Amino acid sequence: MLLISCPNCGPRDETEFHYGGQAHIAYPENPNDLSDREWAEYLFYRENTKGTFAERWVHSTGCRQWFNMLRDTVSYDIHAIYAMGQPRPDYPADQASAPGLAPGAATPASSATTPTSSEGV
Amino acid sequence: MSADHLPEHPDFLWRNPDPKKSYDAVIVGGGGHGLATAYFLAKNHGMTNIAILEKGWLAGGNMARNTTIIRSNYLWDESAAIYEHALKLWEILPEELEYDFLFSQRGVMNLAHTLGDVRESIRRVGANRLNGVDAEWLDPQQVKELCPILNTSDNIRYPVMGATYQPRAGIAKHDHVAWAFARKCDELGVDIIQNCEVTGFIKDGDKVTGVKTSRGTINTEKVGLCAAGHSSVLAEMAGFRLPIQSHPLQALVSELHEPVHPTVVMSNHVHVYVSQAHKGELVMGAGVDSYNGYGQRGSFHVIEEQMAAAVELFPIFARAHVLRTWGGIVDTTLDASPIVGVTPVENMFVNCGWGTGGFKGTPAAGLTFAHTIATGAPHELNKPFALERFETGALIDEHGAAAVAH
Repeated sequence: MLLISCPNCGPRDETEFHYGGQAHIAYPENPNDLSDREWAEYLFYRENTKGTFAERWVHSTGCRQWFNMLRDTVSYDIHAIYAMGQPRPDYPADQASAPGLAPGAATPASSATTPTSSEGV
Repeated sequence: MSADHLPEHPDFLWRNPDPKKSYDAVIVGGGGHGLATAYFLAKNHGMTNIAILEKGWLAGGNMARNTTIIRSNYLWDESAAIYEHALKLWEILPEELEYDFLFSQRGVMNLAHTLGDVRESIRRVGANRLNGVDAEWLDPQQVKELCPILNTSDNIRYPVMGATYQPRAGIAKHDHVAWAFARKCDELGVDIIQNCEVTGFIKDGDKVTGVKTSRGTINTEKVGLCAAGHSSVLAEMAGFRLPIQSHPLQALVSELHEPVHPTVVMSNHVHVYVSQAHKGELVMGAGVDSYNGYGQRGSFHVIEEQMAAAVELFPIFARAHVLRTWGGIVDTTLDASPIVGVTPVENMFVNCGWGTGGFKGTPAAGLTFAHTIATGAPHELNKPFALERFETGALIDEHGAAAVAH
């Protein structure tokens, strides 16, 4: 079980959260201009990093806000938690800036893309 | 006891050769799918100057970690075709491989707990029959007769409202399956090279010409990727992307018990699947951990949920102790169907995306992937499972449709 520090609510069990897959996927500016290949990239292709991965989580049973996380997909260590819309922090180059945000610092969720959790339903 | 008194080591089933300088084809991944692919390449296509490269030990990844369920009761035509072909191969492989890997056709039951489940199940039974897959709808009384230890009363949160049943489905000894394929591969001249990690690919333009490994560089005409959870890592080395997300999938076994469970029971709704291994352990699995992971372990709450579901369905399991839990890394696609076919890299082929259901598909994956590698074109059965379906939109959406989530 991961212990996740929600930017708004503080440390909570993983069971309070839902996973949203890779972070920083923007909705295409001109969807009609995309080729089938580009549209497939947007819909179905996500990084599947072995190592430090930028991903989205939502605190479903708490503040219901989305936020971003840098997490190691092998050790499952959480390296940084940061607000939606903020750029990916450097890790491990600049660890000083890595800790989670102060409560209340997160911007409201405005996730443009659909969560891509591939857990069976 | 001193070493002098230990019994002789049994005969080795395969050699442990050093890699040659070059091969006609190299299969990356020495699990079930890699072994089956090499077997069919040698047997059906006469390609015997080939090697299987395995970074760890033979069949030590998902092949050692799955819950060994074999069934073919998938909803969609494309899936039913490939999984039913696999099941037919499972039925003849013990004789063909001259190795009894204890394929036990004890049936698989997929429980329905809601009206929606009931409707979906009856629809799937109809679809299965039209595709030549054996399938029956059982009412709760028939469920109880087939599996007396199941709680079919109304006093549980999600009462059993019936089940689909595939009598020809069952389980097999996964390790023995791997050994059976490995022994035959070896006999046919295939080099099985363990402790040989692929670290890169050599390309001439868009064409792959060799493999860099921890045991030196190997030139090859063709490369087949069978690396399950690590498929994306290999694809990245080769310079292309796959629509795969790797997740931990956990399973567990109990202590050994007398035979109490005569079949295989799967429940999509409360999410657990249970069988009893030949040796006596109760074997259980459920869903993946939600996050991407390569750690071969998952969170305990996932195990806790599947055990809660199992105890509700099987009250006598309440006193059974967990012996061990483990995790493997499964390669999931967005439509819950595998990818078997060509890649953007010439002479490189990929077999991946089998997600949580790869074991049952082993023989058909091997057969069709070998055909694709040998001929450069898909077999009729894997044609719909091409990588290009994510561009054309011809997805094979088995989420939920496949009788259980995966």
